[in-house]
Amino acid sequence: MFSSDQSCCWFVRKVICWRAVASMAWSVLLLLPTTALFVLLIRFSLFHPILWISECLSLLTSASAIFSFILLCGVVLMVGFFNLEYYTVVPSIACSKIALLGQVLHPRQFVHSLVHCIMGVVVAWCCAFTIGGRYRSLGHSCTQDESSSGPEMCLNEYHLVLLLVGAFIGYSHSLVGVVYNMNYVSFHTMQQYKYLRFKGALPLVVKASAVQALYCLRTFLLLYFFMGYAPRAWICKTLDLNINRLTSQYYLNLPPRPLDLNINSSIHSLDSVSSLLDLSLLYHLWISGTFLLLTWYITVLLFRIFVTEVYSFPVQSTFTEDAHQCLPKVITGTQPMILKFLALQDLALLSQHSPSRRLEVFSLSQPGGHPHIWTALSKECLSLLSDLTERLVAHHDTVATNGRAKSQSTGGNKRSTTSSEGSVTSVGMEDMKTPRPGALIRTPGSVFLRSSVGAGLRTPLTIPFTPDLDSPFSSPALRRLTGPLEPQGALSPGFSSIQSPHVMRRGPKLWSASTDSQLNGSPPPSPGPAPSPSQAQLKPSFLVTFLQNRKDQVKHFLAKRMLIMYLFNKLPEASSQALFADSQVHIWALQGLSHLVAASFSEDQYGIVQTTLPTILSTLLLLQEAVDRHFKLPHTSSKPGHCSCSMGDDSYKTLRFALRSTLKTSVYRITATFGGHLHAVQMSAEHRKRLQHFLEYKE
Amino acid sequence: MMCSLALFPPPLSGDGETSQYNESNTDPSVWFEDSPALNLYFPRESLKPHSRQESSSKSAFRDHCETLYTRSAGAWCVCLSLSRTHAIPKPCLFTNPHLCLSARRDAGLSGLLNEIANSSAEVPKWLGVSSSCVLALLRWVSSFHSSLFPHLTLSSEEMTAEFSQVLDWSDCAVRSFAWHPHTQKCAVALSDDSIKIYNPKRLSLSQCATTPTLKHRLQRSVAALQWKPLCASALAVACHNCLLVWHVDPTSLSTRPSSGCAQVLSHPGHSPVTSVAWSPNGPLLVSASPRDTAMLVWDVAVESCVPLHRVGGGGVTYLSWSPDGSRVLAATPSSLFRVWETRMWTCERWPSLKGRCQSGCWSPDGSRLLFSVQGETVIYALTFTDNPGMPLMMSGGPKAATVVADLSETTLNTPDGDIMVGGEIQSLAWDPRGERLAVHVKGDAGAGRPAMIAVFKTQISPAFKLLPCGFVQGEAGTEPRLMQFNPNYQHGAQLTVCWSNGKITHVPFCFMSAGNPQPGLGGSPSLPLTQGRPADYNNQTLYTELIS
Repeated sequence: MFSSDQSCCWFVRKVICWRAVASMAWSVLLLLPTTALFVLLIRFSLFHPILWISECLSLLTSASAIFSFILLCGVVLMVGFFNLEYYTVVPSIACSKIALLGQVLHPRQFVHSLVHCIMGVVVAWCCAFTIGGRYRSLGHSCTQDESSSGPEMCLNEYHLVLLLVGAFIGYSHSLVGVVYNMNYVSFHTMQQYKYLRFKGALPLVVKASAVQALYCLRTFLLLYFFMGYAPRAWICKTLDLNINRLTSQYYLNLPPRPLDLNINSSIHSLDSVSSLLDLSLLYHLWISGTFLLLTWYITVLLFRIFVTEVYSFPVQSTFTEDAHQCLPKVITGTQPMILKFLALQDLALLSQHSPSRRLEVFSLSQPGGHPHIWTALSKECLSLLSDLTERLVAHHDTVATNGRAKSQSTGGNKRSTTSSEGSVTSVGMEDMKTPRPGALIRTPGSVFLRSSVGAGLRTPLTIPFTPDLDSPFSSPALRRLTGPLEPQGALSPGFSSIQSPHVMRRGPKLWSASTDSQLNGSPPPSPGPAPSPSQAQLKPSFLVTFLQNRKDQVKHFLAKRMLIMYLFNKLPEASSQALFADSQVHIWALQGLSHLVAASFSEDQYGIVQTTLPTILSTLLLLQEAVDRHFKLPHTSSKPGHCSCSMGDDSYKTLRFALRSTLKTSVYRITATFGGHLHAVQMSAEHRKRLQHFLEYKE
Repeated sequence: MMCSLALFPPPLSGDGETSQYNESNTDPSVWFEDSPALNLYFPRESLKPHSRQESSSKSAFRDHCETLYTRSAGAWCVCLSLSRTHAIPKPCLFTNPHLCLSARRDAGLSGLLNEIANSSAEVPKWLGVSSSCVLALLRWVSSFHSSLFPHLTLSSEEMTAEFSQVLDWSDCAVRSFAWHPHTQKCAVALSDDSIKIYNPKRLSLSQCATTPTLKHRLQRSVAALQWKPLCASALAVACHNCLLVWHVDPTSLSTRPSSGCAQVLSHPGHSPVTSVAWSPNGPLLVSASPRDTAMLVWDVAVESCVPLHRVGGGGVTYLSWSPDGSRVLAATPSSLFRVWETRMWTCERWPSLKGRCQSGCWSPDGSRLLFSVQGETVIYALTFTDNPGMPLMMSGGPKAATVVADLSETTLNTPDGDIMVGGEIQSLAWDPRGERLAVHVKGDAGAGRPAMIAVFKTQISPAFKLLPCGFVQGEAGTEPRLMQFNPNYQHGAQLTVCWSNGKITHVPFCFMSAGNPQPGLGGSPSLPLTQGRPADYNNQTLYTELIS
């Protein structure tokens, strides 16, 4: 325990933090040219080019501009900090609308949104200050000569609109970030230097920010046109006091008079369509929004580039105190997640590109002569792959049995619920099972668990919204009620799934213990041995049947409500995506294993790889079978689709395709290298047949 | 020392049915192990070019309907809003918009402007004037641009023909040819825009001869084909304006795989695609277009691409991935080529050539690159001595290219009289064991120099050697158009040649591999045929590299 803690600490402290700091420093440095460009664009005047340039220069060098620049730097640092705090390498995939809603309303996300909202206002204030002119301040004195003689403060609506745009874009940035998984950090197949990667991505970022700003602006203007009265009135009301106080301080000698921000008297009122569609206003708003998003996106981009940079772990160390930093140790750890990812990436790269480090992997330990390094690496990779196989098999089983149960179940309106529920239970069970201590947290829905946060910290709020448990009918309470009725699974489609042999084998560990305890009112001491279903069948209590009926009624009732169904319906493909959410790890494991095995043909002096070869081959073939079956499921599409280009990284949506192709290539790599020698490897007849297909290039 | 054609044995004078090969008078028809010969014949008359149909439909359509709206409907949607405001003759709207779309898809912005400027009767005057102004500006800019890069004035078809490895691509019945890297299977792209897949083993085993024919709406003017390594089924096709990756199930009996089996990879500005190359050990695919300055690196499984932009060159015409996967040669239309290193994707520029790099090939260990330059008749060599993992910038790559062979015009004495050989080099191919190098010489029909293939014997280690070996000739009046070594020939090397009359023949070269036998190939190759090696040329070393 201690060693893993230590390893986690050293990595986060020495690598991740420095990478984050470096990325923030670069974003602050890049803020200078961005701001200069922004000033040039926003003050653009076609007919006075010299005046334009000189004004911009004087503005950029003025002390007040430096103040707003410092503010902007603060904002960028804050955004960088939030990136570091909220990033994840395993995306959270919401399987239904309600899960998405849950993510949006999560307290952690609320803090994110709030802070971004405020930062948006700050940036917008800086923009307003830079533009100057009519945007400069919130209030301006408007003298209305006929009504009263004193100075009357009116609301400067241009300023207000700009600030509100900033807040809106800030909030929508945060919101879109959740929906499109902007906090997801993906790793690239191609390695490039950071500068080149940044240079390549910059045009896309500029385009994305401009487009996003345009969309935000459109939405905002619509909102403002219909609901703009509320913030206007609110600002007037609150600032009324302030200005009163201020003026009373300044104009003590004047008789007290109610000074109010007079909206309607202002000639700059923005509550008509024509006034809102003022071209110069739109241009200023758009450029400001683009500037805001651009600085933030650049920060995100730099963070992603820095944090996913390849880290080369030593394969073995000469000093024992550094042993926890070596690849075989690091690769088995789970926390932080990024450490495991980087370790596997390093493994995949070393197996492919560096013969000297491969030799270290194939070497024997000095006293004893054991292939510890190879054993540790291959074991970890194989367990990752077999985990995925189990996950896929469980998913497939539930879906398959679900199909059977569907035909038995009565009532057409169960159609949608059955499918969701079936897969739900399976994934849930599989998830709770955690075959190895310290397996990956692969609950795809645990968005808010940053990689460093353990599974134990799962907040109660997230649980109902994780994709595993996203159906209202599969809430723990209901499951408890129906638990003992397992044999009568035909009544409820959800339960038929449990009867599938695969799930049955591990099912009891999960639910039945708690079920019984809950029903009988006795506290659950520990997840003990499962009560056999036959026991439950013997005494189906009246209460249980009653509750079962109730549950069905509730189900029917809810299923008829359109909104509920809309919220709880599974999003297409989501469960498939969620299954493969962390498949980048598996892809690297496959690449690393297959390259190492292929290289061992000529490089492995002691023949240590040969001992593991049967296991590796059978694991790969099993996974291949499971993946093939998964892609034959009706809900999964066979080709990657593409969505809009924005800053949200959607590469997690296509991970399963990458996995499928990598898997095939890996098996082919091994068969192409070993050829006929593979006939000498011991394996089952089925696998041999399958391998023969690969040897003949017929897969 | 340099090798020149004058040292070659003169070609035989016979002109039989089959191609001639001097080194060993073996049966030149195809010799697959345990399988019948695969001699393919595609007479040009049997293939209807697809493009001709399209152009005819376009002209027929334009006769019917001549409004501004329909003419430019395919070009830009902007036009929709423009012309809605004006009177449109209704019937024409409903004639055949789909046809119109397909006919006008390539026109783009300039097409739209052109239509607007030319139809002064239908649009307001200011619009016509302004669009003709913009059009003039565009033309001026593009003429400026194309004065820098003259190849940009070519049409897509001309460009593909210009930069293709195939001699006289537009006239050729066989547009491209690709052997599968692991099995006896080949794909042939024909001039009717279809691709046929031949599997000689299947032909022999099961009597149902299924030769799948691949056709796709977007599969036009195929410039290159390549099978994915470490995969049974994926075939990348460089098409007119996209890249297709077919997944042809080897066990399926279907003769017409649906277009759903093809992944379409396209990127704005990346057309026509003239070259593709798979990474030998990974999922990556690079593609090149002479109009796009960026080389695209595709992750085919997820259909995403990373453009690699570099200044200079004006496009990328030809790509070749080294067999060990560590480097990629990227030729440009101007006198510059790049060698990319594939670990961190940095590149090395090789400017100051006499012309553009026409072709190139890698030695099997990836340490040597041979390339030819347009307008020159010599073969250059580059040697990379570093270990492949390091970026090129840090480790010392080669500092200069050396000339290793000269293929300038020479007269050879044959019993039938003197014949002229030599000329510019169209393409180069090195057999996968590094023992034979085939050089496709363009020749000059007017000057009496036929296009032909010269074959060199090569040795890579311990020192790089080039020895003359012989010529490959076809029937009288035919010239080679395209050649490729079969990567799966067990007994030496086998060169597949597509001839100008539409025939595809296979020329075997049988030899004992001097180097260590490849793993997994099942021991040393047996020698089915006698080696008739001309003794006179046995001891001449014509290019020897001194290892310092």
